Amino acid sequence: MAAYAWRRNGGRAVQTLFEEIWSRHVVEELPGGESLLYIDRHLINELTSPVAFRRLRERGRAVRRPELAHAFADHMVATVPGRTQASFPPAQPYLHALREAAAAAGIPLFDLDDPGQGIVHVAAAEAGLVLPGMTVVCGDSHTCTLGALGAVAFGIGTSEIEHVLATQTLRVRRPQVMRVRCEGRFEAPLSAKDLALYLIGRMGAAGAAGHAVEFAGGAIRSLGMEGRFTLCNLAVEFGARFALIRPDRTTAAWLAALPGVAGEAGPPSLPWCEDSRSGARFDAERSFRIDGLAPRITWGTSPAQVVAIDGRVPDPEELPAREAEAARRAIEYMGLAPGEPLAGLPVDDVFIGSCTNGRLADLRAAAAVLRGRRVAPGVRAWVVPGSQAVKRAAEAEGLDEAFVGAGFEWREPGCSRCVAVNGESVGAGCRAVSTSNRNFEHRQGPGARTHLASPATAAASAAAGCIADPRDL
Amino acid sequence: MEAFTVLEAPAAPLLRDDIDTDALFPAAWVMDFDTDYGAALFANWRYLDARSVENPEFVLNREGFRAARILVAGANFGCGSSRSHAVWALAAFGIRAVIAPSFADIFRGNAIREGILPLVLPRPEVERLAAIAAAHPGATFRIDLQSCRVRDPLGGELAFEIDAPAREHLLSGLDEIDSTLRHRAAIERYEAGVRAKRRQWAAAGIPHDDRSRAR
Repeated sequence: MAAYAWRRNGGRAVQTLFEEIWSRHVVEELPGGESLLYIDRHLINELTSPVAFRRLRERGRAVRRPELAHAFADHMVATVPGRTQASFPPAQPYLHALREAAAAAGIPLFDLDDPGQGIVHVAAAEAGLVLPGMTVVCGDSHTCTLGALGAVAFGIGTSEIEHVLATQTLRVRRPQVMRVRCEGRFEAPLSAKDLALYLIGRMGAAGAAGHAVEFAGGAIRSLGMEGRFTLCNLAVEFGARFALIRPDRTTAAWLAALPGVAGEAGPPSLPWCEDSRSGARFDAERSFRIDGLAPRITWGTSPAQVVAIDGRVPDPEELPAREAEAARRAIEYMGLAPGEPLAGLPVDDVFIGSCTNGRLADLRAAAAVLRGRRVAPGVRAWVVPGSQAVKRAAEAEGLDEAFVGAGFEWREPGCSRCVAVNGESVGAGCRAVSTSNRNFEHRQGPGARTHLASPATAAASAAAGCIADPRDL
Repeated sequence: MEAFTVLEAPAAPLLRDDIDTDALFPAAWVMDFDTDYGAALFANWRYLDARSVENPEFVLNREGFRAARILVAGANFGCGSSRSHAVWALAAFGIRAVIAPSFADIFRGNAIREGILPLVLPRPEVERLAAIAAAHPGATFRIDLQSCRVRDPLGGELAFEIDAPAREHLLSGLDEIDSTLRHRAAIERYEAGVRAKRRQWAAAGIPHDDRSRAR
């Protein structure tokens, strides 16, 4: 259903990539400024869809285009090695509801034991379900991840899930478009996660609210697809419901290498995807340079409360009044003191995984740091691959043995301790370095103290037993 | 959905920025499929044990604010997850309107679709209303969505703005899907157009997404 390819926009005003994809999916402009937008791909999970399916049933409505929907079991599944359906009983009613609804409507389900199972934003891309030019929705705020492929991908609530199921459309107002240009070179161990945390810190938790963000610039072009997914994933943490990156040769090569896509897509020659529409006008522009950027780590309870890994907890007295109160609360919740250095804080938990950092490149980066090192005594360290495909690929190159040998647990794919609705959480009062996306109060478990960081920083911290700078190893 | 026209009710001040969906509806309460959404609202702040023992300091546990149907909150309200559970928790507790300087995009849409008014005012006005609410627990505020005006218990009145589709949706309480299904012909035309284009692409050897159904 997607506009996978399109012709140049000869003669007309130059649109941004976002506007171009959007306008191609407008079924009708509605009074009051909303568009009726056609949805090419509806991704579904067990946490946010059961009520939508129930309401649909209660109102006697059918699923309009079940072949455009795909369901994944991810949020609530146990990730314990050798898991079964019974491993986390509270998930049963959710998984049961999803299975019944999917079967009744004819929606394919990537269930617990499916070789394509995984966190929806990881596994859907691997399955070739998301292509450049598509509109993609899912009942999960990190759906913007998939915009890395050059799609208009966004998170929706349960009433919108019901609306898409019934109509294959959404009533939405087109957001403004902001270009975030990043120039400079990534020097190891600096990663897309560090850049994303840096941008969140600079822009604030609502810095791009009301906007779709298009990432551009040399630093973005130099990122592989996995780094691009990480970056787009975290755009919602600075308020952008949508993020995207113009497809290029990196995108084309990644798609062509997917099993099942290669044969049909042929060689990656996609004339429409080069960075050619420089004349497009954006509603807002921000520019950043990444040269010399230090790895980042969060100290507070918002992803915007972030500093360089060699930085210190800020002193609320020195912050603007509006930030000071939030900082005081965060410092208390996190068990920190103003002015305290982050590096060296003892760590109880390390979590490597999630839709942010659960891909093969992330696991490789962590394993490279761990080489010849062991998890420090008393640290509970987990690796949760983002999908079955990631797990298989990692095992094929021996990463599982490397992690287990270093003292990590090597687990099954799922959202696990990122979302903590699956019986897997960080203990109360425990300090965690996590490659996930949210450090909200109680997010990783009641009383959990989360520091967000890159896979390299997480691995370095696991080995050191305290927050550690991967550049020091 | 219950229509929203005029709301006369007490307001509770909770002037924090970035109140996230995990605060509104903590993950632990998801684990019960038939959870008590009203009890789950702000559970980590409302209860000393995160479950049932009330924290007497928390605003919704204080006299006059238990019956609040309006929240006066900080900027970027509802950031975080897309989970509608956050809105259901507000609704089940009895909150019908949140007054804040700004809302997270996904939350705002969820709220409107579940009949909760996200009311945006400039920060100084929000702070003023919060101060009035704090000083007069249980006093009645009046929000009129027809005239788009909010009146505080001291008689002060100010206008607010909300985009037309959101306002009409809240005022009517009509089912959005019914409204969209009236555009069925346009949706079918769109789909027919896409099918035609796809045949052209296939003829020209341009890849499209039919394979995704291959599994």
